[in-house]
Amino acid sequence: MSKRKSKETSSATEECISQVQRIFRERFCHQCPSGKLFGLELQYKHLLELLKRTTIHGESNSALIIGPRGSGKTMLLNHVLKELMEIKQVRENLLQVHLNGLLQTNDKIALKEITRQLQMENVVGDKVFNPDTPQPRHLHCLPSPRAQLLGEGPVQTLGYMFYPPKIQGLRVGNILMLGLDSCASFLQGSFAENLSFLLEALKKGDRENSCPVLFILDEFDLFVHHKNQTLLYNLFDISQSAQTPVTIIGLTCRQDILELLEKRVKSRFSHRQIYLMNSFDFKQYLKIFKEQLYLPAEFSDKTFTQKWNKNVQSLSEDKTVQDVLRNHFHCSKDLRSLHMLLMLALSSITVSHPFMTGADLLEASKLCRMDSKANIVHGLSVLEICLIIAMKHLNDVYEGEPFNFQMVYNEFQKFIQRKAHSMYNFEKPVVMKAFEHLLQLELIKPVDGPSVRAQREYQLMKLLLDNSQIMDALQVYPNCPTDVKQWATSSLSWL
Amino acid sequence: MEIMSTRQQCKRIYSWVGREKRGILIKSERSVKEMCILVGEFVLVEGENADQPFVAKLLKLYEDGSQEKRAVVQWFSRISEVPLNKRKLLQREVSSQEIFLDKVPGYDTDINVEAIIRNVKVIPLAPEEAVPLRSHRKQIFFVKESWDGKCFKPLSPGLLSELKEEKKKKPESLSPSTDCQVFPLDFICSLKVETDRVTRSAMKTKNSQMEIESRHSSSKSSLSKERHSQRVANGIHTPGARKKLELNSPTKSKSKLTGCDVLELLSDDCDALEALEPSANKRKVTFTQILGSPPKISRTKDEPDSPQNNGGDWPKIVETIRISPYRRGQGSSLKAKNLGEKDDDTRHFNGRNEEEETEERARESRKRTKQAITSTSSCKSDTNLAEEEVLKTRSPVMTPRSHRKCVQKTTARIAEQLHFLNTSVPDEEDNYLPSTDSSDSSSSEEEESVVPCTPKRKIRSSVTLSTPKSLRKPSDTTPAKTTRKAPEPRTPKTPRNATPRIPIRKQATENPDNVLEEARLRLHVSAIPDSLPCREEEFQDIYNFVESKLIDGTGGCMYISGVPGTGKTATVHEVIRCLQQAAENDKLPSFQFIEINGMKLTDPRQAYVQILQLLTGQKVTAAHAAVLLAKLFCTPGPKRKTTVLIVDELDLLWTRKQDVMYNLFDWPSQKQAKLIILAIANTMDLPERIMMNRVASRLGLTRMSFQPYTYKQLQQIISSRLNHIKAFEEDAIQLVSRKVAALSGDARRCLDICRRSTEICEFSSQKTASQLVSMAHVMKAIDEMFSSPYINSIRNASLHEQMFLKAIIAEFRRSGLEEATVQQIYHQHVALCRIEGLQIPTVSEIMAVCSRLGACRFLLVESNNKYLHVRVRLNVSQDDVMYALKQE
Repeated sequence: MSKRKSKETSSATEECISQVQRIFRERFCHQCPSGKLFGLELQYKHLLELLKRTTIHGESNSALIIGPRGSGKTMLLNHVLKELMEIKQVRENLLQVHLNGLLQTNDKIALKEITRQLQMENVVGDKVFNPDTPQPRHLHCLPSPRAQLLGEGPVQTLGYMFYPPKIQGLRVGNILMLGLDSCASFLQGSFAENLSFLLEALKKGDRENSCPVLFILDEFDLFVHHKNQTLLYNLFDISQSAQTPVTIIGLTCRQDILELLEKRVKSRFSHRQIYLMNSFDFKQYLKIFKEQLYLPAEFSDKTFTQKWNKNVQSLSEDKTVQDVLRNHFHCSKDLRSLHMLLMLALSSITVSHPFMTGADLLEASKLCRMDSKANIVHGLSVLEICLIIAMKHLNDVYEGEPFNFQMVYNEFQKFIQRKAHSMYNFEKPVVMKAFEHLLQLELIKPVDGPSVRAQREYQLMKLLLDNSQIMDALQVYPNCPTDVKQWATSSLSWL
Repeated sequence: MEIMSTRQQCKRIYSWVGREKRGILIKSERSVKEMCILVGEFVLVEGENADQPFVAKLLKLYEDGSQEKRAVVQWFSRISEVPLNKRKLLQREVSSQEIFLDKVPGYDTDINVEAIIRNVKVIPLAPEEAVPLRSHRKQIFFVKESWDGKCFKPLSPGLLSELKEEKKKKPESLSPSTDCQVFPLDFICSLKVETDRVTRSAMKTKNSQMEIESRHSSSKSSLSKERHSQRVANGIHTPGARKKLELNSPTKSKSKLTGCDVLELLSDDCDALEALEPSANKRKVTFTQILGSPPKISRTKDEPDSPQNNGGDWPKIVETIRISPYRRGQGSSLKAKNLGEKDDDTRHFNGRNEEEETEERARESRKRTKQAITSTSSCKSDTNLAEEEVLKTRSPVMTPRSHRKCVQKTTARIAEQLHFLNTSVPDEEDNYLPSTDSSDSSSSEEEESVVPCTPKRKIRSSVTLSTPKSLRKPSDTTPAKTTRKAPEPRTPKTPRNATPRIPIRKQATENPDNVLEEARLRLHVSAIPDSLPCREEEFQDIYNFVESKLIDGTGGCMYISGVPGTGKTATVHEVIRCLQQAAENDKLPSFQFIEINGMKLTDPRQAYVQILQLLTGQKVTAAHAAVLLAKLFCTPGPKRKTTVLIVDELDLLWTRKQDVMYNLFDWPSQKQAKLIILAIANTMDLPERIMMNRVASRLGLTRMSFQPYTYKQLQQIISSRLNHIKAFEEDAIQLVSRKVAALSGDARRCLDICRRSTEICEFSSQKTASQLVSMAHVMKAIDEMFSSPYINSIRNASLHEQMFLKAIIAEFRRSGLEEATVQQIYHQHVALCRIEGLQIPTVSEIMAVCSRLGACRFLLVESNNKYLHVRVRLNVSQDDVMYALKQE
């Protein structure tokens, strides 16, 4: 009886755990707009009002959302759009154009993308497309022949490989459509034609009658580098003239973005800047930490939820947890890195270990802070370690001047001849091989480009490790000979 | 268009017709074809747009002192020549074939004869007549209203009749002249007599019917004539086609039948109307013999079943006649028919009233005819009006015929239908339905030979054929027919006239419901103010410049400079608006206004393309456009208006060879160009800085510079925009103006700040009723827009980020350089951490911190994989960093 009971409870917790994992995976890995915004109420309101005015009053606007990476620019926008879309009037009227500076690398591509997203492509160029054959709105509703064509092609497979089908039609659509453009090339017409076409279309609109268009330029700073800033000029010009109501929202992390705009473009930009600063202190950070870990009230197992939330509460009061978090907070304030930390900590949750502990967090934090180069050093052979120590000494002596293999070899020979008791004197080609291995691991790097053809022994190199990294690595290096350690710590290597 | 192309290739020789210059004979070098254009005919005149030559009526021909052949014309305007804003006045769709009698003053009506391309058919329409839908590749125009630059007026009855008169007169006046070259005179005379006799005899029986027809036919006659002339091009004109033809006439022959064939058939047809009497038959035979027409042969070739038509299958031919139009432009042919019917009806109704007028006309024309042709006998007769007119339409040189026999048979049928039409005049539907049907049926039959057609149609057609009576019962068939054909949508949009559009919104925009929203709307840069305050002087200067050039009919350039947001473009547009208004009110000669913007071009050379497109609607490549424009501006052309061209963002048109700028500024200096250029750019010394001497010199020294607005001007701009809406405190406006004036003098900035402050005000004072933007709100808005983001963001950066900045400064101080590697900074950072008692970050963490700061551009970071040896610089001033960090 009791056995069965325990079995039941274990299966119940199993269920709970998998649900918990699912919830947190969604919360931390996908930027779902259902998540919460922290400390962005003002910006949220500003942006919401702005977009509302565009859609409801047909007022043209432009704004930039500026903030460091991971500060929630896209999330803010998505939240605002989600709320906007709940208004019927907005939903039925607003046209959205999403561009990304990383995808639309020049104005020509951007224009094509705009016409595509505005679904005006069937009159672009010299070809008039038969209105009977539907143009693809999203990838998942492609007409069959084209879909088949695509399905075999590499593009589609790529899409399926990297993205779950669910989001494929949405954001990833861009990438895929890009590929589609180039292979099917259903957008004819030159750049100039496309531009005048689009401008004409937008010019024909007016405040009262045309659907407002929302342009979202992700990685806005990359658009600035397009030739003459033609696209930006025209978009901003439209926003400042009595044409189709448009709102241009740029997302960027560059604080100096305004200085990049050409003076005419700058004059046309409304200078609305919405800054996202991560302007919270540690107390709020702790609160965010709790919020992020709480299970939602609608979670199926109430008792488990209660227990879980209690555990989170106690965690947040725990001294070690707070220390871990504080250190993390000092390093980076953005929430994305917090998510990363929590993700690592939560991955240790299993049925046998259903609640997160301070130790988990500490472990995760260690993983997060790990020094990548020092990690590589752990896996080196003793000979390679010796070479690195020789380089370190050379660096100390010559104050960071570059060295070559011969110098390192000489240094190593000195060590072997005078001090080493346990080290075997390797032949020069063997040492050379070890040296090349270090080069491959990018622990050392040639000063000049690979094009310079000096003799290999005399090619100048630089060590990409700091002394502290080397010493730290040696501390934890397993079975390190004592004389090597001593050699490393001695400041006068030749003694 | 074919004509155009050939024209470009081969030289043409122009010579007078007759000594008294009654017409002009155009002979192309390559082909033997000749074209004879007589005074009073309508002609196409080469214009700036090769696709759309001007239409004019030849009034007079003369030779000037230098033996140059000149012509005086009466211009007609296409709808595309009417300014856009005026087109609305018409309040209807205008087909591209409708033209307007051009009464706009200021056009040079004196043209070089060599600009004449060929003659063209123009059909005057009474005000109540509808213009047939476009249906022809070959141009036929309809004139219905006159255009005097301000408004459209229906052609006055006098004018209309005059125009029609011309047409009727033409065959007669024309024939002798051609005769002198082609036929012996006496022969024609005999012919005429013959015709006369025949017609009269026909008249007797079908008198009333003819009366209607004849009036009608007058308008049509020129059509057939024109088409024929296009084909034959030797000055022999087909006389008037008849009513039935008219129905079919706006046909395009995509079918096997060529337009000419149809025409011939049509003309036959009309003859056949009268040919109810046997005598008619005889007459026709004579004609055919006389002409021994080559078209006949071609016709037979084209239409293989015609030769076998000897006996019983005349309906087939009739069908083919009508069919071809139908097939081509289904909807349009119907419309045309409809029109024809209506036309007929109205005429019939008004018949009595017009009687007198027509009589007068007839007399007049008779007089003229007498003058022109001494040898004709036709004028002598004092027959009734109808007869007279019939005679006129019937020129002695008849169209060559084919299908004699089938035509005869056709006649009977047509006559029958005509008769029916006449009897059932009051019911319009009645009238046109049968014809529709028959054409329908025939069309399907025709299609059998040409294109496979839907079985459905065939069935219907056969039914129609078998039960002709049912056709006349319109009541049941009408609705179906009309719905099927009438709303036939136009062909899918072609790119040229494609009108891309942003979809129309479903719900209306909301109007502002409080003072602040109202103010915000008015303060938006896009809101067009009633007047432009503070730019009166500049306005006046530009206005005077353009005005004087307009009045003089010369060209010129003006260079306008000023920093962004000082109202350059707005002022120039305002000037143009005023000038256009003045031109509308006839105070100035009318002009064409086009605008290009360097920023809206993808390439400087695209400027040519845009200018040409705006000027003429042609779409060509840049190189070709340059050639065309050069030709346009550098050669004298008829009917040229002054063009005002605004070139915004001029500096973007810079190329290495500066050819675009050079051309742009060179054209106005051409005498004939009549081009006024207003070039706008930001920098005052642009001509000196980037232009070559020869370009700068052509730009000239007419320059104007827009100074940045002073705070008083900005204040005035805001208040004038607000226009007594009490939304701002006086001081607040002043604060904004002073702030902006001190910074840039950019009016856009000023308006944006005001707009933002209204938002802030609305946002902050949601409870309090008094919504007046105060100093505080404005201050906040200014802060938002102008305060440097760096200090604030540094304060909000994480501790290690701040520490890293400190470490950078420390390292800079230590080394005395403004650049350091990450490794060096790392050492400083570690030291600082030790002092502060913080956990020492790993190198990876430091690298992350560094790249984050680099992404925000606090730092300038080298972008390669040097890891620790990456060099770093500060992108913010050290003082700013120190200031930001000290405050804590």
